[in-house]
Amino acid sequence: MTERVGVAKTYKLYVGGKFPRSESGRSYPVTSHDGAFRANAAQASRKDLRDAVVAARGAFGGWSGATAYNRGQVLYRVAEVMEGRRQQFVAEVRDAEGLPSGDAESVVDTAIDRWVWYAGWTDKLAAVLGATNPVAGPYFSFTVPEPTGVVGVLAPQRSSLLGLVSLLAPVVATGCTAVVVSSAARPLPAITLAEVLATSDVPGGVVNLLTGQAAELGPWLASHADVNALDLTGADAEQRVELARAAADTVKRVLRLPEQEPDWTTPPGIARLRAYLEDKTVWHPMGV
Amino acid sequence: MFDYAPAPENPDIARVKQHYQPFINGEFTDGGGEPLKTLNPATGEVLAEVSTVSSSDVDNAVSAAREAFERVWSPMPGTERAKYVFRLARLIQERARELAVLESLDNGKPIKESRDTDIPTAAAHFFYHAGWADKLGYAGLGRDPKPLGVAGQVIPWNFPLLMLAWKIAPALATGNTVVLKPAETTPLTALVFAEICQQAELPPGVVNIVPGGGDVGQTLVSHPGVDKVAFTGSTEVGKQIQRQLAGSRTRLTLELGGKAANIVFDDAAIDQAIEGIVNGIFFNQGHVCCAGSRLLVRESVVDEVLTKLRARVETLRIGDPLDKNTDIGAINSAEQLAKIRELVASGEGEGASRWTSPCPVPERGFFFAPTVFSDVESSMRIAREEIFGPVLSVQTFRTLDEAVTMANTTPYGLSAGVWTEKGSRILWLTSRLRAGVVWANTFNRFDPAAPFGGYKESGFGREGGRSGLAAYLQGDDDD
Repeated sequence: MTERVGVAKTYKLYVGGKFPRSESGRSYPVTSHDGAFRANAAQASRKDLRDAVVAARGAFGGWSGATAYNRGQVLYRVAEVMEGRRQQFVAEVRDAEGLPSGDAESVVDTAIDRWVWYAGWTDKLAAVLGATNPVAGPYFSFTVPEPTGVVGVLAPQRSSLLGLVSLLAPVVATGCTAVVVSSAARPLPAITLAEVLATSDVPGGVVNLLTGQAAELGPWLASHADVNALDLTGADAEQRVELARAAADTVKRVLRLPEQEPDWTTPPGIARLRAYLEDKTVWHPMGV
Repeated sequence: MFDYAPAPENPDIARVKQHYQPFINGEFTDGGGEPLKTLNPATGEVLAEVSTVSSSDVDNAVSAAREAFERVWSPMPGTERAKYVFRLARLIQERARELAVLESLDNGKPIKESRDTDIPTAAAHFFYHAGWADKLGYAGLGRDPKPLGVAGQVIPWNFPLLMLAWKIAPALATGNTVVLKPAETTPLTALVFAEICQQAELPPGVVNIVPGGGDVGQTLVSHPGVDKVAFTGSTEVGKQIQRQLAGSRTRLTLELGGKAANIVFDDAAIDQAIEGIVNGIFFNQGHVCCAGSRLLVRESVVDEVLTKLRARVETLRIGDPLDKNTDIGAINSAEQLAKIRELVASGEGEGASRWTSPCPVPERGFFFAPTVFSDVESSMRIAREEIFGPVLSVQTFRTLDEAVTMANTTPYGLSAGVWTEKGSRILWLTSRLRAGVVWANTFNRFDPAAPFGGYKESGFGREGGRSGLAAYLQGDDDD
């Protein structure tokens, strides 16, 4: 009996609901935490990033226009599908981050639960953050939070799954769409997450996930005129300043961040949700 | 039509002084900057001389604000802080007529607007925010939100006292202290407000007013002692400030330019819409960041709308800002007038059809007659750039989707207007217009209880309402 030969997976990008290779044809070797070869991940280029922004913009109308109930169900579905692949995520996170298996399990469980938490927020945001405005005149005035648009996310370099989910879930919970650059050295859990998203009723283009170098892609993301907001967690301190400066040319919303990559197991507040929402105030006269 | 006899307000009511001084740490003292002369734009004559600040004066103002923040203002219970802010509201109301006349003299806006809008709304902002001072735990930012510290604030010349109120009222109510730079061409009501702070016995250093030009603004917003910058003004300067503060821990909110679409459907109540269009673009000489400067009219009614619009605009009286019958006052400065003329010339050059009201225009001072461009293409500068003057660009659309696309095809996103009698269409449209404020069957309504601010390159952050408080507070879960 010869031993069965495993089927190795080709890891690709996730753009517009499809899994293309980088248009550049580039790839880079990914290793486990202890240096064993794992895959040749696609190394996304500037053109891939632009394609991803186009996909995200294209998906924005449908996603932001979907009912909050629908978005909540889709996010919950992501948690359901992740749960089904829990063991795979645990193995990949352990392999990438070198965590003891108990810790890796806890990280994956927290990541799944985080989707559930944000799933429940979609149809409460307007009630919690919106208002009817008691204006001094014969008008009905109300304020509703609306998603700001396309959000560029540089995912944390260390926390390959939980960190990524902590950044991504609030973006899509608000109705924004995302262009994400994964951890450069630990991209495989991100790609597996993309496979989950692709099979969880998340419309194509709502989340676009690029593997590659934040240092290379960040400037194109920060200066792209069709990106409305940025989370620069995955950039180093020096690069964050440069990117924030580039973002000013189109008045992007740049998320305020702690200096160091935080402890992602801490339960989040709603600061990230608020960061991606715009208040819209509507007025109409009252009278007969 | 009726003729109107002159009905001028008495300029003496403004009690204009020859010389005004910066207000730092509770005292008026001459600054180390080059004094500026502020003009009455309706005559072009000097109204008063204003001492401006040097960068060391800005240092002193920021230090005074820091001291006041740490020793007095932020430790003060909200219930007590509230009463100071209520006092400011009352004092503005008490001196409303004086402030209105002074505002019209310094800015050029018609007295009916300064009297009925600017000053009462400024007082309302203080009154509204005063009530928040001891209720911040209910602002939606956690149980114990904290003030940020010293706020550096830079405001424009189009609504001098009102913009001051939008900035200072929320900052004070939330426990921050303030260094505010009024606009170079309209510093006077801010300095009278400083007197009001004295009358209110506001602790020294809580409010500091530092007159000067763009260089003073630069110094202030990049000052290392400032924890929060709030700017209202042009998108160009806003971007510079954002660039400058990139990567710093200083918080920033920006309220920038706009190029609002005002969309008129065929089923609109046309006569009402005409009033709204006129208000949307000619209110305050069009010096309004949220002005309805792009009129989008459904093709089938454009002839009717243009005919009625021209007839209505012809009745607008342009002239002495202090005359109670004046509808359109003076352009704020020669510089702004030149910019308006340049853009209007570009509209003619690019092939749009210009119509300008034949109304008599004063020979002295800075005036520009209300102007409407038709046959405007989206690519023309008058359709893309903020003119900030009494100039309207009219375009047509056929379908709803086309109207939405035209409205949103701009880097700005401050405001929009919708005119239709169909409720479902209003709600459909408001959800698709990428703008921070949508006025349906009305335009240019403002209230301290209603958040105001832009999408996209019109800035970020809101002023007014509960959301406006977030700009001045560190919430429990904020980084």
